[in-house]
Amino acid sequence: MSIVTIEKLCKTYYLGSMDLPVLRELDIRIEAGEYIAIMGPSGSGKSTLLNLLGCLDRPTTGCYYLGDQDVAKLDDNQLSAIRGKRIGFIFQSYNLITQLNVIENIEIPMFYQGISEKNSSHRARELAAMVGLSDRLNHRPAELSGGQQQRVAIARALANDPLILLGDEPTGNLDSKSGLEILDILDKLHRQGMTLIIVTHDEFVSKRAQRIIHLLDGRIERIETNGN
Amino acid sequence: MFWFRIKRTVKLGAKSLWMHRLRSTLTALGVVFGVCSVISMLAIGEGASREAQDQIARLGSRNIILKSVKPVEERTATTEGDMVLSYGLTYGDTERIRETIPLVEQVIPKRLVTQDTWYRNRRLTVQVVGTVPWYQKVHPIRLLQGRFLSPLDMEYQQKVCVVDEQLIEQLFVVDDPMYKDIKIKDAYYCVVGVVTTAGPMASMDGSSASNPSSGAKAAGGVAGNVYIPLTAYKGSFGEMTVQYTGGTRQAEKVELEEVTVMVDSTASVLPARDVIESLLNRFHKKKDYQIVVPLELLRQAARTKRIFSVVLGSIAAISLLVGGIGIMNIMLASVSERTREIGIRRAVGARRYDIIIQFLSETVMLTLAGGVIGIALGSLIPYLVTRFFQMPTVITGTSLLLSFGISGAIGVAFGMYPACRAAYLDPIESLRHE
Repeated sequence: MSIVTIEKLCKTYYLGSMDLPVLRELDIRIEAGEYIAIMGPSGSGKSTLLNLLGCLDRPTTGCYYLGDQDVAKLDDNQLSAIRGKRIGFIFQSYNLITQLNVIENIEIPMFYQGISEKNSSHRARELAAMVGLSDRLNHRPAELSGGQQQRVAIARALANDPLILLGDEPTGNLDSKSGLEILDILDKLHRQGMTLIIVTHDEFVSKRAQRIIHLLDGRIERIETNGN
Repeated sequence: MFWFRIKRTVKLGAKSLWMHRLRSTLTALGVVFGVCSVISMLAIGEGASREAQDQIARLGSRNIILKSVKPVEERTATTEGDMVLSYGLTYGDTERIRETIPLVEQVIPKRLVTQDTWYRNRRLTVQVVGTVPWYQKVHPIRLLQGRFLSPLDMEYQQKVCVVDEQLIEQLFVVDDPMYKDIKIKDAYYCVVGVVTTAGPMASMDGSSASNPSSGAKAAGGVAGNVYIPLTAYKGSFGEMTVQYTGGTRQAEKVELEEVTVMVDSTASVLPARDVIESLLNRFHKKKDYQIVVPLELLRQAARTKRIFSVVLGSIAAISLLVGGIGIMNIMLASVSERTREIGIRRAVGARRYDIIIQFLSETVMLTLAGGVIGIALGSLIPYLVTRFFQMPTVITGTSLLLSFGISGAIGVAFGMYPACRAAYLDPIESLRHE
């Protein structure tokens, strides 16, 4: 059983009199533990695809099986639960909550799953150590560099031990050195068995992946396999 | 576990409010003022109302008070030599009332006159009340020392008297008044008892204008009442009160200045009053009497209080409404500011109701805090009013509880819309915001 199965997935935006189809009848299969990159020019629908994979949005038609569950038909509450428990998401602009410190940011997903304060604090420390931020636990995002913020975001994404980790241009706002650090962390996670799906426009980033899905105008143009 | 989540959400909300202290304080002010004014106004109103009702209740809710009044038509009298004007209540009236109306339990005739009394060389102006021993049954006066008038006093026209406690200091200074003699109009009366409060020293009729013909309020005229047996009164003052109006040679004759009728229950008061009125009408040619029904006054006072409360309630409701709208406005702005944060929370697993609880709890905490401060201030103001203006105020537990509850309700009512707005934001749009 693939960890991600997409069948005839369509997403169309209805804007008044105009229909805007963004994704047209996509079929994708991703196995557990794979490292996938999604590339394409702007307007190709890659961010939309990632949002659908991350259950932030619902497809217009088609199926999306995460594990064995068809999540396309779920209601908002159920989708929220999936987002919290099964999916980890990192963003180009990190999206940390600025009024909270590192530990508190990492704890947020666990809070919404009702995990006790003691346990979530413990796990947050573990994750912070894993991404190398044990000495910055009480800092606020404003006091951290871009690379450090993204590492906090990764720790947060892993908080509830998700099935898949999604990334929307995770190195887009970082300098080359910090970007490399992040890519190394992702590699490490991949070696530990995590399924990664990263959207990028940077070829250098895509080289780290096993497969690259190229999108064009909402369809799969080609799938490239890397020799890793 | 569910409860623990709420608790942490509330803590989160409190932290957020604390981080914007100034804004939170200004927002809560509306509720503070609303609650504060409600409590102070209600306290002042309650104090005034209770004082009024106490005074009326002292007249007795089962009583009907009849007073002799000089008939209006006669006030512009013609001068035709000697003229003796008889008016007012008579002993015959009391007999008729007692015998005719079965609802009546007691009939108390009273003679009243403002008179000077002397103790040793001290003089004091008092109201002398000539009445019967069962006066006590009808008027809620309390015996402090000695005894009240007795039937034996009546029978033997004993010159004994019972004095109001409040005139002791002025007349007797430091002496114990018991068994001392005081002089009333050429006769000496021995003090056999001391009573307190409650006797109708002030003329409380329905209108706010006091009736000048039967004793002024203590502050203005008499120091208090001195009760003597009706028979002794007759001995000293005659069968009828005769007053010569200056200039002309006209006299006024009054048999009884006041009669108090007590009926068997409050339900009988109004029917009895009607019967008494028709009885008196039949035997009196002119309208030379006045009927005061304390029960009606009580009811009127209660009605007045209700109207007052409604007016107050409306004012309070409006001010709280305004406060609530202000809060809603601020919370909407707050939601707008935190759009990105809401998107992030939703992206990591927050359900819609998690967001609602977060923002709603912020609003409710704000209004409850405002309510508590308002209650504290609102309790302080009546105290100051009583202290500096000598007006009685009563802060009821109900008003405090009600204000607290309403603060919370305002928080929920005006916080719901912003909270729902926050919860129904599209996560993707929110993440792109700002």
